[in-house]
Amino acid sequence: MAEKIEMVALSPTMESGVIVKWSKKVGDEIKSGDVLCEVETDKATMEYESMDEGTLLNILVDEGADVPVGDIIAIIGDKDEDVSGIVEEIKKAAKAEKPAAPAASKEATSAPAPKAPAAKSAPVVTSSGKVKSSPLARKMAEEAGISLNTISGSGPQGRIIKRDVEEAIAAGPATQVASTMREQVIPVSKKRQVIAKRLAESKFQAPHYYLKLSINMENIIAARKQINAKAKEKLSMNAFIVKFVAEALRRHPQVNASWQGDSIVQFGRVDVGLAVAQSDGLITPVVRNCESKGIQAIDQDMKVLIDKAQNNKLQPDEYTNATFTVSNLGSFGIEEFTAIINPPGAAILAIGMSEKTPIVTANDQIVVKPMMKVSLSCDHRVIDGAVGAAFLKDLKDMMEDPIRVLL
Amino acid sequence: MAAKYDYDLLVIGSGPGGYVAGIRASQLGMKVGVIEKDKPGGVCLNIGCIPSKALIHQAHMFSHIKDLEDMGLKVDNSGFDYAKVFEKSRKAATSLSGGVTFLLKKNKVDYITGTAKISGQHEVTLDDSKKLTAKNILIATGSSPRSIPSFPIDEETVITSNGALMAQKLPKKLLILGSGAIGMEFAYVWNSFGVEVEIVEILDRVLPIEDDEIGKFVQKTFEKRGVKFHLGTMAKSLEKKDGKVLVTVDKSGTESVIETDMVLVAIGRAPNSQNLGLENVGIKTEKGFICVGDYYRTKVPNIYAIGDVIQSPLLAHVASKEGEIAVEHMAGHKTDPKIDPLLIPSAVYCEPQVASFGYSERSAKDAGVKYEKAVFPYRGAGKSVAIGSSEGLVKVLFDPKHKEILGAHVAGAQATELIHEILLAKKTELLPEDLATMVHAHPTLSEIVMEVMRTIEGWPIHA
Repeated sequence: MAEKIEMVALSPTMESGVIVKWSKKVGDEIKSGDVLCEVETDKATMEYESMDEGTLLNILVDEGADVPVGDIIAIIGDKDEDVSGIVEEIKKAAKAEKPAAPAASKEATSAPAPKAPAAKSAPVVTSSGKVKSSPLARKMAEEAGISLNTISGSGPQGRIIKRDVEEAIAAGPATQVASTMREQVIPVSKKRQVIAKRLAESKFQAPHYYLKLSINMENIIAARKQINAKAKEKLSMNAFIVKFVAEALRRHPQVNASWQGDSIVQFGRVDVGLAVAQSDGLITPVVRNCESKGIQAIDQDMKVLIDKAQNNKLQPDEYTNATFTVSNLGSFGIEEFTAIINPPGAAILAIGMSEKTPIVTANDQIVVKPMMKVSLSCDHRVIDGAVGAAFLKDLKDMMEDPIRVLL
Repeated sequence: MAAKYDYDLLVIGSGPGGYVAGIRASQLGMKVGVIEKDKPGGVCLNIGCIPSKALIHQAHMFSHIKDLEDMGLKVDNSGFDYAKVFEKSRKAATSLSGGVTFLLKKNKVDYITGTAKISGQHEVTLDDSKKLTAKNILIATGSSPRSIPSFPIDEETVITSNGALMAQKLPKKLLILGSGAIGMEFAYVWNSFGVEVEIVEILDRVLPIEDDEIGKFVQKTFEKRGVKFHLGTMAKSLEKKDGKVLVTVDKSGTESVIETDMVLVAIGRAPNSQNLGLENVGIKTEKGFICVGDYYRTKVPNIYAIGDVIQSPLLAHVASKEGEIAVEHMAGHKTDPKIDPLLIPSAVYCEPQVASFGYSERSAKDAGVKYEKAVFPYRGAGKSVAIGSSEGLVKVLFDPKHKEILGAHVAGAQATELIHEILLAKKTELLPEDLATMVHAHPTLSEIVMEVMRTIEGWPIHA
């Protein structure tokens, strides 16, 4: 009875072996323990001893070939036994397998890559993209604030185990730099969902474009100083800005408008929203009818609304339906930025800090002035470039020369 | 290729340490000879684990005759013959011993009969003066029952486990010295067959190396069956009189005499390190145990020692694993330098069965290891009630910070099987929540393991 001789694992990590030399030839008598061939494994060249006895009837693999463990390399049987059927069968089976991965098999025959995993290496990532690690190691790493990506695993197949995490912790500051930070998964609050949805809608639906200029704040600062010097309650710079914005909007109703799909609404009021940061998000309380309010009234409204906003006490009618929005990040030292339009409005004004800046005067003198950079984001469906620019120019002129408001 | 030595490896002893090492070495491409002076398989197969389990199984059946009677069957046990029980246990031993011979042959390991003595760094001399040479030598000579001078062993009335296993008839009364695994297993067997059993234990607890709570549970179960314990008691001397044995015992200074028919000395086992020729190569022993370093290598770099002959837990599975480590190291393979003692399961096959690994409350306290514990009773799993085995408990010690499993202790039906799920969790660093949330088939005893893990997580369902 013919025995199919398979390539066996001559070392525990061996996945394939190269047949360096056949020690027997077809027709030789084989006794159990005889060396059939020499096989180069991932570790060394070893002698492949036969466990079967009989006559070597067929050699299926040439010298130099790299053979995966389990593949048939030879047939041993009784003398004169006909094994052509078996050989045919084996070759057929081999052919059937090959087309599936022709490149891989070709590569394997030319260059047997050592496959034994290094004892310590970069973390092993599973097919699902997770770093291979034991649950205990994960928990310890999380508590120590160490990312698994920075640890190399010494467990089976490179798995990160307790010992590796302990070593990483002991390794000290180099790996512990990350320990002040912690990955957290934070559930999204209702409010956050609304913010995300509305901003995404606005940014994706309204074609934004941006207009920028610098405003010389010298006169407004001086005026505010004078007024505040005599006032019981100090007026905020934002109240001044909102009032000038409202006046500019009154003069440019195309900017104080909204895209409604099949129509454009030009509002009959100027309701200015003011972006206010909260601990868990942001909100835009709205100062209504700014076109007909003075700076003092606007300031009063704003103080009440901001206080409510910071305490989460705003009612829906106090933060919805602004016709225009102002966002001021000047207090954070931001020089300039662009904002996302807050619907139903068609434009938002992003205000940077007032900064002493050298400017060149009309008669080519360099002087230092407090300049404030503003960026207007416009919905192009509603406001064309020239319209937006005219609005912004007017706003600048009025703020630099407030007497113009009366013109 | 002309060989420099007769063998790549000569193993002295064919017990579960030696024969496993021999086969593993052969798998790794070594030419191996295993030398045995007695029967293949060593103590484990011939006069230890295997025949004792055969006795225990029969004791279990015998002690459950009442369950048959509960079904209305009438059992006539007048024909009971312990000699038949004995024969069956020998059959198991013989069959498995033959199995070892077969396995060695199949793996092309030469089985050599003889008593070996190391006569050089690479040389072993057999009792027929034949010399064999080997690149490496592995000593796996095991252990023998320990005796005390005041209790001279005759293996008839004063016996060791050897005598107990080879006994062909039962005495009326048996006194056992020592309540370790061996003492308790024989107490269970002989008590089941109707022998009056008393146990003298020098320490204040039963199964001293197991967790105290487990020991107490087993003690209570045994006492219900009529086994009498003398704890904190030392056996001092014996006197044979009129076919009886009179044993003088001392409990905190008060002496008394226990009359018995037979005494089983089960106070532990001693390493077989005598007459091995260790002095010829300068290998040292400590209290009889051969001193080894990492990979179970002795001071002589090509001579290794494993199993009961070195100082490690006297367990067959420990010897096997040590043998594997030693030969893998010889073959140049990467392996752990030794077994982690906290990952070794121990098993006692009395009823209730006891199995454990890792820290007990006592050993954790001694080692200064902080722990919390969770206990779940067998009763909480429907299966235990259905099969009439509702007495038992699973106890898990865990680290309060990460809930890492530190040790587990099971007493009750199938304990020696149940332990492995928890040990696998420990070995692979799974956490209690992993087992707590794994779906376990219902009804099984394994649900107890799930429930104890849920207890750790604070949400046991059937508690």
